[in-house]
Amino acid sequence: MAIFIDRETRLVVQGITGRDGAFHARQMMEYGTQVVAGVTPGKGGQTFDGPGDAAAPIFDTVERAVRETGANTAVIYVPPAFAADAIMEAAASGVALVVAITEGVPVLDMTRVLAFVRDHGVRLLGPNCPGLISPGKSKVGILPGQITQEGKIGVVSRSGTLTYEMVYQLTNADIGQSTCVGIGGDPVNGTNFIDCLEAFEADPETEGVVMIGEIGGTDEQEAAAYVKQHMSKPVVGFIAGQTAPPGRRMGHAGAIISGSAGTAEEKIQAFEDNGIGVARKPSDIVALMQAAL
Amino acid sequence: MNIHEYQARDILREHGVPVPPGGVATTPEEAEKLAREFGGQVVVKAQVHAGGRGKAGGVKLAADAAEAKAHAGRILGMEIKGLTVHQLLVAPAEDIASEAYVGIVLDRNSKRAVFMVSREGGVDIEEVAATNPDAIRKLAVDPRYGLLPFEAYTLATALYDDTAQQRAAAKIMRQLYAAFMAAGASLAEINPLVTTPAGEVKALDAKFNIDDNELFRRPAIEAMRDTSAEPEVETAARDAGLTFIKLDGDIGNIVNGAGLAMATMDLIKYYGGEPANFLDIGGSSNPEKVVNALRIITSDPNVKVICFNIFGGITRCDDVANGIVEATRRIDIDVPLIIRLTGTNEEEALRILDEAGLSATTSMDEVVQQAVERARGNGKGSN
Repeated sequence: MAIFIDRETRLVVQGITGRDGAFHARQMMEYGTQVVAGVTPGKGGQTFDGPGDAAAPIFDTVERAVRETGANTAVIYVPPAFAADAIMEAAASGVALVVAITEGVPVLDMTRVLAFVRDHGVRLLGPNCPGLISPGKSKVGILPGQITQEGKIGVVSRSGTLTYEMVYQLTNADIGQSTCVGIGGDPVNGTNFIDCLEAFEADPETEGVVMIGEIGGTDEQEAAAYVKQHMSKPVVGFIAGQTAPPGRRMGHAGAIISGSAGTAEEKIQAFEDNGIGVARKPSDIVALMQAAL
Repeated sequence: MNIHEYQARDILREHGVPVPPGGVATTPEEAEKLAREFGGQVVVKAQVHAGGRGKAGGVKLAADAAEAKAHAGRILGMEIKGLTVHQLLVAPAEDIASEAYVGIVLDRNSKRAVFMVSREGGVDIEEVAATNPDAIRKLAVDPRYGLLPFEAYTLATALYDDTAQQRAAAKIMRQLYAAFMAAGASLAEINPLVTTPAGEVKALDAKFNIDDNELFRRPAIEAMRDTSAEPEVETAARDAGLTFIKLDGDIGNIVNGAGLAMATMDLIKYYGGEPANFLDIGGSSNPEKVVNALRIITSDPNVKVICFNIFGGITRCDDVANGIVEATRRIDIDVPLIIRLTGTNEEEALRILDEAGLSATTSMDEVVQQAVERARGNGKGSN
């Protein structure tokens, strides 16, 4: 078991003929992900050549790709101007999970997209996220597969490369992962910490969770409260941005709604108050997890 | 992106919001001329991307054109929170009966644009939120329908008791929402929204923050960018596709990804050093970005050592390595480069660096510890 993706994942890649889409479609095929289709409007009928004998048919629309290949998951590498439409197209096509890698999607677009996606009962991960990987089973997105190892720890993070760093530390210490999820750092996104914690709690294979947050917003504080109330499995964490200059990343009124400034100190405190061990530096996560198990 | 008050007022005016007249002056003489045209009392307001302009002495009331000129002379060139004042808004002074607050902000929690309105206007809304949160009425707008007329009217009744003023305010809310959407804003505030003794409702001061992700499709808004209002080096970084914030320390760092960049700064501090900057080269890096990043960081005389922390994903380590080698050929770098590269195309990257006589590690702890030691010990030295 794992969460959100596994060996049954059948993937359609939107933007498969672009630079990033093609590069990462090949990487995913190499990893063993079942890439069953690609979509690029105007290139329907062509074939995408993967590594070795691997190949995937290209379709003009996601709807057609899903109908003809039975894809159940979509990943999006299209440019920001077209990303919102691509997400909604995927959500309307019948897939269960849409993973949006694209960085720079206008936030107002995302408010509409999120309403649309929820109306269709589809899970969206991202945008502006690295995707996810269930080591040894499937990877969807851009996470480097070679740094992961099959195992029993779930990883959920708002960051991209910081996630890699933490996973790399775990793997080097022989602590394998069930699934690593990058939820992305955009203010309006599809899947949050609590969605992932809930799934990890329900996954029989996962025995503990690493949660990686950063400054801004209150998602980490809410997730911490959720851990205390609903999680039987140990959770340890890390918060980036302790030295970040105040006021440079967050809009000034953003904090008003929640009544919180979203500082690293506040989040670390929330973690500790709710029984989540906090690593002072990334490499400390290993000892913390070992102690928690 | 931030825009100035006068630009925000222009956007509101385009959407029909009643905004009193005003003009922009860049010299005391222009301020004097504007004040004479308006006649009577005027306010002279510094146009900088900083709050607390009034407290800093950047907002003054002038009885006549001569006084407006004198105020302008003092305010122009003044520094407010590290930003130099280059422009002034000159506007007729208004008679004010009441001051309210109306704002829209993109809210992470509800994932929607949220209206906030309060009868307590003209003051910092954060302060109201902290001291008297019940004085703020909130409404999350469903993006599928936009702000509905009854919602606008409901918000307006939270501000005014007079029917005519409620109707006027409801109309302004809908116009403000249209302006917020059209500008691609992440924040739009009218503070204060005033009533005059005659009963009119007007927007006196406005503030807009624009979502940077919107700029590619809003050239008219992008054209409002005032690069003189931000540190020069940050402009250069943005033009190069980098996210850069200058800090006060002596350890330069170049990282891919904001989370890892923050964690790198934190680790520098953890080991007793001080970061000189935040710099995220972003994804899909090309070698040119790395050259530009090094150019920007080496322009800071405080920097004693530069630490690279690259974890390849969509960023390819070989691209970064090529950039580093290219930079050492093209710019004069007289501080040590301490490099960490891991992930996509790592082997190729290490080979490229090795051929150029540079070395790299694959551990984040190691690279930061080395950088802190070099900054502490040697000061400037050769690589």
